[in-house]
Amino acid sequence: MTTSTLAAPRYTAETRYTVETDDPVQPRGTVEAPAFYVLDEHAHGEGYSTMLGFWLYLMSDCLLFSGLFATYGVLGGNYAAGPSPRDLFDLPLVALNTTMLLLSSITYGFAMLAVQKDNIAWTQLWLAITAFFGLCFIGIELYEFSDFIREGATPQRSAFLSSFFTLVGTHGLHVTAGLIWMATLMAQVWRHGLIEANRRRLMCLSMFWHFLDVVWIGVFTFVYLMGTLR
Amino acid sequence: MNFDAHAASGAIYGHDDSGRPHATLQGYLIGFGLSVVLTAIPFWLVISGVIAHRGATAVLILALAAVQIVVHMVYFLHMNARSESGWSMMALIFTIVLVVIALTGSLWIMFHLSANMMPDAATMRGMP
Amino acid sequence: MFNNSSALLKFLFGRFTLDQLPLHEPILVATFIMVATGGVAVFGAITYFRLWGYLWREWFTSIDHKRIGVMYMVLGVVMLLRGFADALMMRTQQAIAFGGSQGFLPAHHYDQVFTAHGVIMIFFVAMPFITGLINFVVPLQIGARDVSFPFLNNFSFWMTVGGAVIVMISLFVGEFARTGWLAYPPLSEYAYSPDVGVDYYIWGLQVAGLGTLLSGVNLVCTIVKLRAPGMTMMKMPIFTWTALCTNILIVAAFPILTVVLALLTLDRYIGTDFFTNDFGGNAMMYVNLIWIWGHPEVYILILPAFGVFSEVTSTFCGKRLFGYTSMVYATVVITILSYLVWLHHFFTMGSGASVNSFFGITTMIISIPTGAKMFNWLFTMYKGRIRFELPMMWTVAFMLTFVIGGMTGVLLAVPPADFVLHNSLFLVAHFHNVIIGGVLFGMFAGINYWFPKAFGFRLDPFWGKLSFWFWVVGFYLAFMPLYVLGLMGVTRRLRVFDIPSLQIWFVIAGIGALLIALGIACFLIQIGVSILKREELRDATGDPWNGRTLEWSTSSPPPAYNFAFTPVVHDNDAWWDMKQRGHDRPLTGFKPINMPANTGTGIILAGFCVAFAIGMIWYVWWLAVLSFIAALATAIGHTFNYKRDLDYPADEIARAETERSRLLEAQA
Repeated sequence: MTTSTLAAPRYTAETRYTVETDDPVQPRGTVEAPAFYVLDEHAHGEGYSTMLGFWLYLMSDCLLFSGLFATYGVLGGNYAAGPSPRDLFDLPLVALNTTMLLLSSITYGFAMLAVQKDNIAWTQLWLAITAFFGLCFIGIELYEFSDFIREGATPQRSAFLSSFFTLVGTHGLHVTAGLIWMATLMAQVWRHGLIEANRRRLMCLSMFWHFLDVVWIGVFTFVYLMGTLR
Repeated sequence: MNFDAHAASGAIYGHDDSGRPHATLQGYLIGFGLSVVLTAIPFWLVISGVIAHRGATAVLILALAAVQIVVHMVYFLHMNARSESGWSMMALIFTIVLVVIALTGSLWIMFHLSANMMPDAATMRGMP
Repeated sequence: MFNNSSALLKFLFGRFTLDQLPLHEPILVATFIMVATGGVAVFGAITYFRLWGYLWREWFTSIDHKRIGVMYMVLGVVMLLRGFADALMMRTQQAIAFGGSQGFLPAHHYDQVFTAHGVIMIFFVAMPFITGLINFVVPLQIGARDVSFPFLNNFSFWMTVGGAVIVMISLFVGEFARTGWLAYPPLSEYAYSPDVGVDYYIWGLQVAGLGTLLSGVNLVCTIVKLRAPGMTMMKMPIFTWTALCTNILIVAAFPILTVVLALLTLDRYIGTDFFTNDFGGNAMMYVNLIWIWGHPEVYILILPAFGVFSEVTSTFCGKRLFGYTSMVYATVVITILSYLVWLHHFFTMGSGASVNSFFGITTMIISIPTGAKMFNWLFTMYKGRIRFELPMMWTVAFMLTFVIGGMTGVLLAVPPADFVLHNSLFLVAHFHNVIIGGVLFGMFAGINYWFPKAFGFRLDPFWGKLSFWFWVVGFYLAFMPLYVLGLMGVTRRLRVFDIPSLQIWFVIAGIGALLIALGIACFLIQIGVSILKREELRDATGDPWNGRTLEWSTSSPPPAYNFAFTPVVHDNDAWWDMKQRGHDRPLTGFKPINMPANTGTGIILAGFCVAFAIGMIWYVWWLAVLSFIAALATAIGHTFNYKRDLDYPADEIARAETERSRLLEAQA
């Protein structure tokens, strides 16, 4: 077998090769070939990559939020002679909202425990309770936003308000998407039970939901608490 | 000349049922409890204003936020160095590094840009 | 409901009116006639030969990474023609607009041309080329049967096409942005660009960007999870390493692009104050954020090209790549460092000495790993038996050209120098030097190298070499004068010039562009001739170049499932190892292989996204709302389909493998 022309090497099932090689690393002469093929393959199941893939997507979402946080960090002090955090933020309400989200995290956790125990009924119940807390969160947030807007603190009023509404609003949109996903999954569990595919999806939603709570920690610290402290 | 694929992949990847961390009630309750405490304290610090120095309060609540994020990662997201053969942790660390670079870099750059390029404070005061 | 017919029209058509059609612009009318005629011809031919069913079943709905890879390449070639047409127009305008002549392009048209040129070349030529190559090659190189998420792969492709469609529509309906390819505010704000142009830009990029981001997640997962047994990270082919780092960069950088475009969108649509001149906005923040994306983006473009050159050099020198470990480290270091240099794109914006020095130093540091790679390639060539097939020719051209471009980059990295050269033609020459000399030459090398694998026959060497020489000579003629002009102080993006002594340089550059046009023409002819001469150029063994990596162990083209038996890897250059040590291709004992099935959901979903974008661009709110709901419903509906796979039965595989053995023996 040459290394410098385009002639193809010949292969048959039976032939053993005398290998002449210019490669300084390989020895000359006949070599006994090791196993080069998996003859008895057990293919990776469906969903082999799903957990890692979803985690990587969450990392990209993390970077998306970091762009929004950076924008808030830079523009969050630009009140343009308009309302500032102290004028607007109702910290006890934010604390209530944080509690809703935190409770929804633990109830999702209980749902996952039910999944581990193969209990469809309790899974659905805990998911429904999680969705309820999630809806409370969104409701309170919408109330807060509408309150600000009514007072004239619209997203257009200043760069601070633009970045506030966008950062907190994007988080809220993610929570909303999570709720739609949750409803879809509840329908799919109702239809097919806790099959492997549904378990994977519940695990992914679990990661998503907890990730949103992590982002919220950043939001209430960086936006609400630090904003009040500025 | 049969090749034992299982042994080989086992030796290299580790058996890959490992995608599933095993959640426990205790884990969730501890995580929840810690989170409640780590949320209540910063809110109380800011609402009550017990610490006169605002800068110190800020540092404290940021530190508590960081701790709570770790609590969430460990107890709710079951973050550990073994999941996905360490790739989850590596992805997380890489992401955190980039987030820090993007945030600190942006703040540093924009602060300097504002200082050098924006009108002075007197001109800006009260400007919509 | 509607007071009068005009209110109804406004509801139905948004801000679209008939005078948005450029019927008064002869160039556009002529272009439209050409494109429409060509389009009708193509569509007519497909219909006449009854190929729609075939195209839909075998290509458009395919989730096979090989098919998707090929489709990306086709998209890149088509968009190259549009992007290059813009380049020719610019070169011509700049060559003639002297001594009082205004040239043939009015300002508002010229500004769209240079904006579209940049957007198309980066997002719809370079990105599809690299995504296409990575998609086609990587699963084969790692011994996998497909990527981790095949449906997502198909969807990503159609989203990229969707973005391209949006940008192409802007040519004939409305207009494109006139802001340059990064659309800096305040110019891109509604106050200064109230027309649809910037909106086309935003939505085209958002649609395409989503596809790219998902593709990034997909490929990182594939490389991490689906490698053949025995292929540890340090036994991966070097192209796979660069693909991994590229896709990590994509996952890390594209969210920032999404954010900054979204913020600009909010400013334009609902009047927020992120980048405005007043109400606390800060246009510099846009520049900051977009370059946090923008710099990793250029490394996304170049790293796969580096990977191609590594594969090509070792194959055509008949030697293992020199310094594999240091190549890997260099690639990883470049990946990380690419996040620490972004400010060098706006040294002149005024951040001051401390900030500028930091980023100037990091920029200079990042050139070092690239230099290390260059030396590794040279050492691989040293004492090798070099075969100057086309891929190797492109590689040598790259080595010479890219080094020049890299050196001018290091020059620009010095802030005081950059203060003189920023936004001059020197900068334009530099980045074309590295993108054409690096990325594009890499893509041509990759295309010539892997074409036989994809289609079963090689590309015609004569037309390929002709194309090569036109490209290389054309490139130097087109861009070396720009270095000179830039050093003399000529600014970029100018339409008309006052200094007659500059004209000669622009004329030379124009001639260079014409030569490149010939190079592109020869490339297209090369493809046509190769198809006509395919039996002569046939690759029957699957290994036309005496390759070293696993993709060459398959037939050309590979079967849908890539490998009848998953290979086991023992060393770097796994296929070379197999050839050296003798391997028995198993001819019995085939097992059925489970693969994902085709689906039309990807193209339909992307179609709804494009409809949504059009609705948003033209303020046709009913269209935006309906297509958004339709997209959401389609996506959710898709998840209710749990059975999305099919089995390749063992006897079908046996038949394919027997046929392959027959071909191999016939070659002997």
